[in-house]
Amino acid sequence: MPAPVNVFDLTPSSRPLRVFWDRLRRGDEIAHVMTLIFASTVVGVTALLVCQMWIQSALSRQKFGWAFFATRVWDPVAGQFGALPFLYGTVVTSAIALLLAVPLGLGTAIFLSEFSVRRISSVLAFLVDLLAAVPSVIYGLLGIFVLAPWLRVSVEPMLRSHLGFLPLFRGPAYGVGFLAAGLILAVMVVPFIVSVSREVLLSVPREQREAALALGATRWETISKAVVPFAKTGIIGSVFLALARALGETMAVTMVIGNDPKISASLFAPGYSIAAVIANEFTEATGSLYLSALIELGLVLFLLTFVLNGFARLLVLATAQRGAGVQQ
Amino acid sequence: MSLRSGWRKCLNASMLGLTAVFAVATVSVLFFILGYLVYHGGKNVSWNFFTRLPKPVGEPGGGMANAIVGTAKLLFVALLIGAPVGVLSGVYLSEFGGKTLSFFVRYTADLLNGVPSIVIGIFAYAIIVVPARHFSTFAGGFALGIMMIPIILRSTEEFLKAVPSTLREGGMALGVSKWQTVLTLVVPAASSGIIAAVMLAVARIAGETAPLLFTAFSNRYWSPGFNEPVASLPVMIYTYAIGPYPEWHEQAWTAGLVLLGLVVVLNVATRLIFARKMAALR
Amino acid sequence: MTKLAGQSWLVLCTLLIGVSLVSCSHNVGTTTGSQTVLINGAGSTFGYPIYSRWADDFHRMHPNVEVNYQSVGSGAGIRQLLAGTVDFGASDAPMTDAQLAQAKSPILHFPTVLGAVVPTYNIPGVTAELKFTPEALAGIFLGKVTRWNDPAIARVNTGLKLPSGNIVVIHRSDGSGTSFIWTDYLSKVSAEWKAKVGAGTSVNWPVGLGGKGSEGVSGLIQQTPDSIGYVELTYAIQNHILYGSVQNSSGAFVKASLDSVTAAAASAADSMPKDFRVSITNATGKDAYPVASFTWLLVPAQISDPTKRDAIKSFLHWMLTKGQNDAEPLAYAKLPADVSTKEDATISEIR
Repeated sequence: MPAPVNVFDLTPSSRPLRVFWDRLRRGDEIAHVMTLIFASTVVGVTALLVCQMWIQSALSRQKFGWAFFATRVWDPVAGQFGALPFLYGTVVTSAIALLLAVPLGLGTAIFLSEFSVRRISSVLAFLVDLLAAVPSVIYGLLGIFVLAPWLRVSVEPMLRSHLGFLPLFRGPAYGVGFLAAGLILAVMVVPFIVSVSREVLLSVPREQREAALALGATRWETISKAVVPFAKTGIIGSVFLALARALGETMAVTMVIGNDPKISASLFAPGYSIAAVIANEFTEATGSLYLSALIELGLVLFLLTFVLNGFARLLVLATAQRGAGVQQ
Repeated sequence: MSLRSGWRKCLNASMLGLTAVFAVATVSVLFFILGYLVYHGGKNVSWNFFTRLPKPVGEPGGGMANAIVGTAKLLFVALLIGAPVGVLSGVYLSEFGGKTLSFFVRYTADLLNGVPSIVIGIFAYAIIVVPARHFSTFAGGFALGIMMIPIILRSTEEFLKAVPSTLREGGMALGVSKWQTVLTLVVPAASSGIIAAVMLAVARIAGETAPLLFTAFSNRYWSPGFNEPVASLPVMIYTYAIGPYPEWHEQAWTAGLVLLGLVVVLNVATRLIFARKMAALR
Repeated sequence: MTKLAGQSWLVLCTLLIGVSLVSCSHNVGTTTGSQTVLINGAGSTFGYPIYSRWADDFHRMHPNVEVNYQSVGSGAGIRQLLAGTVDFGASDAPMTDAQLAQAKSPILHFPTVLGAVVPTYNIPGVTAELKFTPEALAGIFLGKVTRWNDPAIARVNTGLKLPSGNIVVIHRSDGSGTSFIWTDYLSKVSAEWKAKVGAGTSVNWPVGLGGKGSEGVSGLIQQTPDSIGYVELTYAIQNHILYGSVQNSSGAFVKASLDSVTAAAASAADSMPKDFRVSITNATGKDAYPVASFTWLLVPAQISDPTKRDAIKSFLHWMLTKGQNDAEPLAYAKLPADVSTKEDATISEIR
């Protein structure tokens, strides 16, 4: 057996061919190539996906250009397509979701990481993660049969009578609509905010907490003045992550949003989101322009979630590094 | 001073209470969902449900046996596609990777992770269903498998990296070739974590509906083989829930219970079995 | 390998083996001696109740033929047929010339039954049958008539106490032949509708909530008070939703029924074009129900697989003969006799 030391590729020797041959004989090169192939498959599939979407949306992009994002009309009969109602619906429902989920999620994360006992905390964290595992269609099921009737009968009339002076709470109460979709999304994204924020909060170095406590701060003051500001970027990262998730959510939204491509100030009104319109109309879009417009919408959604996810990851990473930096 | 410190103590206590309320509220949503499904879905759980095919509307006694088997088949295909690609790519990134390709692989895995599931459904429709000119279990499994890849890839890489390098060095010192060290030493050391990640990925995609709408379609009969449309629990729940027939609604609840049960059992089992490894997974 | 790793491999292998056993066992399947033929069809929700009944009955007579019909809406049915991913489509809107031009081989239209689209409503406190004039219907769906006690509705429903609630319009969110029939009718009776919205499977609705499929619309109507929508007659009857009568071109208020629908088809049967594409909305005749329509199965004229071809042809033949007996219990009207004879002859064109 040749001496093993110089064969291993810490630095390729001056006899690269001999090294290669040795590695090949030992199967290393094969293993390398095989895993390389699989890894490139990942890149290849993603590239293919993006390419496909780009090519198939070409017809719509050429016809409408940037005006696609400013047109309110979605008229398959006349061949006029505009993305504005769907962008509006997606943004509004996600905004409602975040407005409700961020305080709830952050509060829960603070409780789990700062206030509670270790054992309770891990059990509760596990249960919150289980909430994240519930399939979207089951949220939709509960949305149709539980949430929408409750909104229509109790919540929306109450909101209308007390806050009806705001344009947000006017109009007839259908039950389904922006508010229902926003609420369902809020429940669906809370677990993400909780789990990422909790990790981020736990990664804040102990010195920060201890320093604040040593100065006489109460637990809450430690949290609000020392820990949370330190973890701020990571928490914002978790919010972006949650937002990205909310934007792409399809089934639960399409079951409770009312499926009407209209822009309306009232939260009680029915609306439409990008993912919902694709789910509803994709299998029946006759005519290449119609199909191309739907795929262009899909491309928009894809780009949005991509950018948000990228930001989120950067921010979470930044907090982790800051934590590591302080500890040194 | 004592007034101020009294206020501070009060604030502290009330924030503790408030965050506790938030935490309890969040967790109680889960119990609400579980309870509601058990209550409504449990009413219709019967032998019929698990063994019979769907009947035309208005006829009693139908079930969702084909959807349950269909979901199993779809997950099987997804596993076959997603697990090898994910695991082997993770091995590449951790053991063999060069700088540039590794960067691209991680980057695109992140990209893929963020793609909305409906977009993946469109993709699978375009590249499998249209050329083959029929819907199929394979197309549905393919779409689901793609969704599994990023999850498995990341976790595999993390677990493999967590294996101490002394293990690798020991192997090399004994004269074992690199691929042998990876296969017989490193991967087995990380295997429980990798399997946990695979199981969690399966649980994640078991409930996906949107990609199946354009790929597996649905089927009122048994679907032998992998080349024909197949019924699946999520799609049946969706179809039955938005319909008007009360029998359909009842079946949708029961199917929801079965699906949720599957997902919960997978999640709980994974975490119980791999409890120690899960700490590293976070 | 550690003990934990060994256990986890065991778990995984058991899972895999279990799943593959279950899935492969169905390769053996439920067939008798002969090969099972699976025919996939998609389309109209309008016809779903009877198509699923036919599929079941035919399967009982021929256990090796499985007709898998999915009700995804006429628009989706046409599109999937054009893409070749299903073996036949079903639509309440005949394919347009533009769509037919996209097909790789000629597509034959086979009328299956006659149905009616009825205005269904859910008004708390109102259990009587409302009468609707064409102007009222057009006004409601255009968003101009917004309350139930509007004169346009109240005028012809004297004696009924109508509430002042806002009307919630419910329409189809997917590409629907039922929508086509409804908008086709509205375009014929209202010039404003024709100009503003037009007829089609998917239109730009001025107002309302969207439900997916006739099933979705029926579901929404059941759950939303003060709502009005349009569904196929069978759905209204099966789900016990109230539906009203519509004033026809002769001025009479006609409620949808087997007789009134058959009357609407009577005038059309004589002048049936060879490809069976015809619209019978707003038909003449004092007993005719104005929102009636044929619904069609769309079958390619060239089917390469011989077993599928024979199965489809025998299914079509059975549907035109024995299958028609299933129509009336489900509130569809049978095809006029001479129409079904002509269709029977057309089956031979499938090669």
